[in-house]
Amino acid sequence: MELNTLWFILIAVLFTGFFFLEGFDYGVGILLPFIAKDDRSRRMVINTIGTFWDGNEVWLLTAGGAMFAAFPNWYATMFSGFYLALLLMLLALIVRGVAFEFRSKDNNPTWRKTWDWMLFIGSFIPALLWGVALANIIRGVPIDQNMNYVGGFFNLLNPYALTGGLASLFLFLLHGAIFLNLKTEDELREKAKQFAEKLWLPTLIFMLLFVIGGYFATDMFTRLGINPGVIPIFAGLSLISVIFLMKRNLSGWAFIMTGLTIVFSTITIFMGLYPRVLVSSINPAYSLTIDNASSTPYTLKIMSIVALIFVPIVLGYQAWTYWVFRKRVGSTTHLEY
Amino acid sequence: MDVLILARWQFAVTTIYHFFFVPLTLGLSIFVAILETAYVRTGKDVYKRMTKFWGKLFLINFAMGVVTGIVQEFQFGMNWSEYSRFVGDIFGAPLAIEALLAFFLESTFLGIWIFGWDRLSKKLHAATMWLVAIGSNLSALWILIANSFMQEPQGYRLVTNAAGEVVRAEMADFWALVFNPHVWVQFPHVITSGIATAGFFVIAISTYHIWKRSKDQDAYQKSLKISSVYAFIGVLLAVLIGHTQMQHMMKVQPMKVAAAEALWDTEDPASLSLFTVGDEEERKDIFAIRVPRLLSILAFNSVDGTVRGINDIQAEYVQKYGPGNYVPPVAISYWSFRIMVGAGVLMVFISLYVIFLVLRDRFDFKPWLIKILLLSLTLPYLANSTGWILAEVGRQPWIVFGLLKTQDAVSPAVAVSAGEVLTSLILFTLVYGILMVVDVYLLKKYAIAGTTYTEDHEE
Repeated sequence: MELNTLWFILIAVLFTGFFFLEGFDYGVGILLPFIAKDDRSRRMVINTIGTFWDGNEVWLLTAGGAMFAAFPNWYATMFSGFYLALLLMLLALIVRGVAFEFRSKDNNPTWRKTWDWMLFIGSFIPALLWGVALANIIRGVPIDQNMNYVGGFFNLLNPYALTGGLASLFLFLLHGAIFLNLKTEDELREKAKQFAEKLWLPTLIFMLLFVIGGYFATDMFTRLGINPGVIPIFAGLSLISVIFLMKRNLSGWAFIMTGLTIVFSTITIFMGLYPRVLVSSINPAYSLTIDNASSTPYTLKIMSIVALIFVPIVLGYQAWTYWVFRKRVGSTTHLEY
Repeated sequence: MDVLILARWQFAVTTIYHFFFVPLTLGLSIFVAILETAYVRTGKDVYKRMTKFWGKLFLINFAMGVVTGIVQEFQFGMNWSEYSRFVGDIFGAPLAIEALLAFFLESTFLGIWIFGWDRLSKKLHAATMWLVAIGSNLSALWILIANSFMQEPQGYRLVTNAAGEVVRAEMADFWALVFNPHVWVQFPHVITSGIATAGFFVIAISTYHIWKRSKDQDAYQKSLKISSVYAFIGVLLAVLIGHTQMQHMMKVQPMKVAAAEALWDTEDPASLSLFTVGDEEERKDIFAIRVPRLLSILAFNSVDGTVRGINDIQAEYVQKYGPGNYVPPVAISYWSFRIMVGAGVLMVFISLYVIFLVLRDRFDFKPWLIKILLLSLTLPYLANSTGWILAEVGRQPWIVFGLLKTQDAVSPAVAVSAGEVLTSLILFTLVYGILMVVDVYLLKKYAIAGTTYTEDHEE
């Protein structure tokens, strides 16, 4: 396989992994103020993701680094172009990251409440913006012949992109609620189940609207054809199955299914994108592709070797963490955060 | 104001701020790992209390380093898109490798370390802290490999377009990038500075508790003993390696050295300025105290030797790179160099004096000494910040030395407007400012609470 394609796939894998993993901890962060009212249960909610969130976030940093290394023009055009959106995302991630560490380090109720809301905002904004970003990438944005984005901030907030934002927001919320249901006990567990069941229908609706919007706003359907293949269909089927699994208290399976929805949806978007990495709405010839945005074959080769050695190692020890901390967070669990 | 100035300010603010937290992370991760190893080896509870106490302060600091680091990862694309396009083929690789090798390691195992006290064996738990320390310091290695390319480009080839203009630099040799000689003077300098920073951090806080006669004197006395040696080794090596680094710099960026010394004209033997007030426009001294021959001695370990001055190098660069001003801001370079060196030398003497006292178990510090030790906590921070200011400001007008000027690296106005950069500059400054207050509050609170404090929210 050509290395440019390999790196397109690797970056897609990194984003897919990132959405799968960080998706549930965004969801948990957003649900926090609503699902848990007293301090002890809030701390339990935060501690379900306490061990994992930082490791999950590195998936994004690695994806960003991989974009820079493999497709510098993609990195340069997208992050200079989506400037204010990225700024919002970065500020959100900053307050979110310190909120985990700082929240329970002072007993003042106002202090704690403030950080809880920081966790909420810091999770809400990225959960929404990722959908907005992906929708814009696939829909096409004004990119000129010099690979510069010339559209400004509000151009990104079109109806299709906002639908994408709501779809990702709700999908992550659902994913997070089911994760909480898996990782807590008693009352919290029950509440998480109720939230998941309530969230399922709006998630399905927004995902559906996103797909329908895609028919009008993007060239996904003309490119993939009316029979898009198994992957998008799997994305839909796995999302539909969630409600039945939850009703039968099979939350482990339900979690896998929302995870698969995220995985298959992300793959679908990247499939629709390939071989482009950023679509120009001004002229298809101005689109950034895996060829005109890429690094040299030499750099790609070096990076491929590094990735082939270290990605499996990282996957191995991250999986081990999830295994070590597989137990539910209950009333007797020692809480760190 | 234009995009360039604003983008430079933002880079300066966010990077210096980020580097408030990084050196302590580098040094304290190793320190905590050493303490926990001592706990595993001896089984003494005092080492566990020390591990937990310094570990908690480590975590508060670490969180700030992580979140401000995210900005660094994306800022090149946001404000420096032309730079990213120009060097992406080279510069992106160490950044991606840093994330893959180092960030995953430190963040994953730190999560295990925080939550794993009851779930892992003692040995395995201590091992996770070592992995955090290795991860943090590996991350420094890869980001410095990236920075070293900007200081001393190695292993690249330039690509020109049809018009003959250089459009991008491409990686020609990965190993030349990694084994760039600059990496191997800069990386040890940064690591040892981190050790010194952590050493002085522990010295100051331990001194406070010894002064206040807090409970658990054993822990603070032990901490002080270990940290004074730790700080001394760190800062002594940092000074010596820094000296080598400056000698190396004479070869690769003589202009930076000349600016750091405020040496306008070439001298042989060269004198060292102790104090200069200069006129940057006219490039001459208004007032200066200089020690004859000392700069030659420092530069070449010999009583004579030519050290080239700003005017000479400027003339050479005009010939080599075309018309333009190749002189970095001299006053900033000069004073940041002096503050860094001054702070470093002071730290050598202070840590040596502390070793001299504590290794003979003399902890009855006089008030003046306590004051000095508490105040000396500012020294590593001063040295760390001014060191980077010299490294980056002293390289101007280049962003990649000899290859790309800073003014040509900024995102074009069609993509990023001055208003956008101003917005981000204001918001980052504001949020960072608030977080600094919060962070200092928490560090102080937990530092004062001491080793015997147990969280009262833990039922």
